[in-house]
Amino acid sequence: MTEALLTVRNLSVDFHTARGTVHAVRNASWSVNRGETLAILGESGSGKSVSASAVMNLLDIPPAEVVSGEILFEGKDLLKVSYEEHRALNGKRIAMIFQDPLGHLNPVYTVGWQIVEMMTAHGRPANKARARALELVTRVGIPDPEKALKKYPHEFSGGQRQRLMIAMALMLKPDILIADEPTTALDVTIQAEVLALLKELQAETGMGLVLITHDLGVVAEIADRVVVMSQGEIVEEGSVREVYHHPRHPYTRKLIGAAPGKGEIKQPATDAPALLEVRELAKSYGKFTALKDASFTLSRGQSLAVVGESGSGKSTLARTILRLEKADSGKALWKGKDLITMSPRELLSVRREIQMVFQDPTQSLNPRMSVYQLISEGWDIHRLMPDRKARRRRVDELLEQVGLLPEHAERYPHQFSGGQRQRIAIARALALEPELIICDEAVSALDVSVQAQVMALLDGLRKKFGISYLFIAHDLGVVRDFADMVLVMKSGEIVEGGPTEKVFNAPEHPYTRRLLAANLDPDPDVQAQRRQMAATAPS
Amino acid sequence: MIGLIGQRAIASLASLVVLMVMVFFLSRLTGDPAALFLPIDATEEMKQQFRTLHGLDRPVLEQFVMYVWDVLRLDFGESLRRARPAIDVVLEAYAWTLPLALITMALVVVAAIVLGAIAAFNVGGIIDRGISVVSLIGASAPDFWIAIVAIVLFAINLGWLPTSGVGTPWHWIMPVAVLFIRPFGLIVQVVRGSMLSALAAPYVKTARAKGVKNRPIIFVHTLRNAMLPVITVIGDQAAALLNGAVIVETIFGFPGIGKLMIDSILQRDFNVVMAAILVTAVAIFIMNILIDIAYSILDPRIRQ
Repeated sequence: MTEALLTVRNLSVDFHTARGTVHAVRNASWSVNRGETLAILGESGSGKSVSASAVMNLLDIPPAEVVSGEILFEGKDLLKVSYEEHRALNGKRIAMIFQDPLGHLNPVYTVGWQIVEMMTAHGRPANKARARALELVTRVGIPDPEKALKKYPHEFSGGQRQRLMIAMALMLKPDILIADEPTTALDVTIQAEVLALLKELQAETGMGLVLITHDLGVVAEIADRVVVMSQGEIVEEGSVREVYHHPRHPYTRKLIGAAPGKGEIKQPATDAPALLEVRELAKSYGKFTALKDASFTLSRGQSLAVVGESGSGKSTLARTILRLEKADSGKALWKGKDLITMSPRELLSVRREIQMVFQDPTQSLNPRMSVYQLISEGWDIHRLMPDRKARRRRVDELLEQVGLLPEHAERYPHQFSGGQRQRIAIARALALEPELIICDEAVSALDVSVQAQVMALLDGLRKKFGISYLFIAHDLGVVRDFADMVLVMKSGEIVEGGPTEKVFNAPEHPYTRRLLAANLDPDPDVQAQRRQMAATAPS
Repeated sequence: MIGLIGQRAIASLASLVVLMVMVFFLSRLTGDPAALFLPIDATEEMKQQFRTLHGLDRPVLEQFVMYVWDVLRLDFGESLRRARPAIDVVLEAYAWTLPLALITMALVVVAAIVLGAIAAFNVGGIIDRGISVVSLIGASAPDFWIAIVAIVLFAINLGWLPTSGVGTPWHWIMPVAVLFIRPFGLIVQVVRGSMLSALAAPYVKTARAKGVKNRPIIFVHTLRNAMLPVITVIGDQAAALLNGAVIVETIFGFPGIGKLMIDSILQRDFNVVMAAILVTAVAIFIMNILIDIAYSILDPRIRQ
């Protein structure tokens, strides 16, 4: 067997933190060759990005420490070469793109300058670099490339920024491109485009691609081989199809089992009375129409999902119903009473009945309040439960209901994991015994295994207490598993709505069909089939 | 960009107008100007004469119109103590304060950026700690005390520098050095903190992944981003200097606007005080516009 172009062998990296040493990567070995795509799959904290950072010499040492191992590139150990030698390889032979292209592009320089710098930093003349930049920016599909090079990062959309990052990475025709969660921050349709672009460019240049991701669908779509990481260790490795169909390690099995979009679709109850009726609700910000004549009915005990890409008006819909934003026109009838015109006093009591759970529990929980204070705060606002002992008992009860322990009440949010924090946020919502919980991307920031647990919790609460949900999400798999009714939004408009089964199995609107087609399936065979169909279908 | 600066200029101009209106009414609310201006044993006849001379016996509205007209012509009347137009006295003093402030700030900015940046690159190291200690002492030491100690040490004991006054470049050394210390201490800390967070920014990671050398990462990628919060503090500190360093100017007998204001208040030379308020306000107004321009040059996101 010939030596791979890039080989990581027995790499161990520790992070020395104030709370002790973390073994971020233990004995990891992987390799990638020209023309090949390797996916490194893992959840947050699995150490999946660490070995790639070591390849690029991007680890901050300290707190990081490379304990053992070697990183061989063309037979040379990158851990032993001088800083200058490593710098000369970065960008030129091995390039890297990142998850958040807005943060990873310098805000105060034009994208043209930044792309050109990739070549000038390696001693190439600026005029050649400009010509190559123009060629590549055109190649990655940026409209009006001449002008685009003179613009700043904030003037592009997220997908365009990632395309520009890709153009920058390919300036010197690197042998290997490392992509760290390159599509995680993008909408599904944009994700599909960017992945397709990466594949095309790989075919054109023959570069090796290392793709770091948490998303089984991305792996299924683009990778040849996959290594699965958990708690710093590689637990499984093999071809994508082999690993998906015959996972050997229990962790891989758990990960594949937790992938959303595989469960049975729920049927909506037909006879339940209406809880929330929204009629022609509209909202504009200046000339921008955020919400256009939205109408729907949410019945008691139902889970109504609102899906759509960023900027489609999902959150504006929720915020307008809750009167966190002032509606321009339309009605939102809560048990027959219009929320939009309700007096502040009435609104306060309705606010108890409708609770909200947000995407990022790190930001939605005040870090200076204990769990007990967070959960009981609503009782102070609504003047409920004056008895301290009863409060204490109820908080314990709520914590148990969301799968936490009573002794957690005295702790603070930072002492919990992301999934646990979201449980605290749910307990806080439950404390006021709501009839409707609005979940705004409530499981989007969570790892798939945790996501499945939190969704099971929400579903259990629905069965137990008859709570209804307005479930805002962009992940179609999650929506398919959770909701019994679905609304599809695009540019502020509800383009399609109906029972989940109908929307998923017989979508009417072309946009819904596009959305479903772009949604990646974790099964590599399904993805391969779809690609084939797309290739043969008349366009 | 020009639109934005125009907007800011109009807003600053509005506050300038409000300031002038306040000066007018406050100077009339604090009692009879005749009683304030004239010596305590002045006769009622002298006071009446004074009021007629300055139009103080006319209706307030008419006085206000006169005041506005005078301000527009930069006519603040005579300095009562110096028998010259008040505005001339003020501008003369300002011609001393302005170079003092500019020289000091220029030295502060250069020294603070260089040392703050060096501290940030060597975070936790011996150089960083040294710079931090020095800047903390600088930011917290009382300047009047340093001024007096400096005079005792360098002028009286060692005899290297003149004690006070102006005339030779040697006279400038101590005032500039003493005024330098506090803003320097403060701005070094801001530069260091701002550089540290900019160095941890994702775009620095991108630059390293591109193989950009350390020097351009620091001076091209990071410094420009790190300067944004620094400029705000620089503006704040420069404004304090443009107002006249009252204590330092007094101790060193430096004939600047700060010393003039204190002298004029003590001597009840209100025409000079009013002229001085307007001139310093205009200086700060111009400086704020310069800060806005610097901001929009550094950060393209502000230009839209």
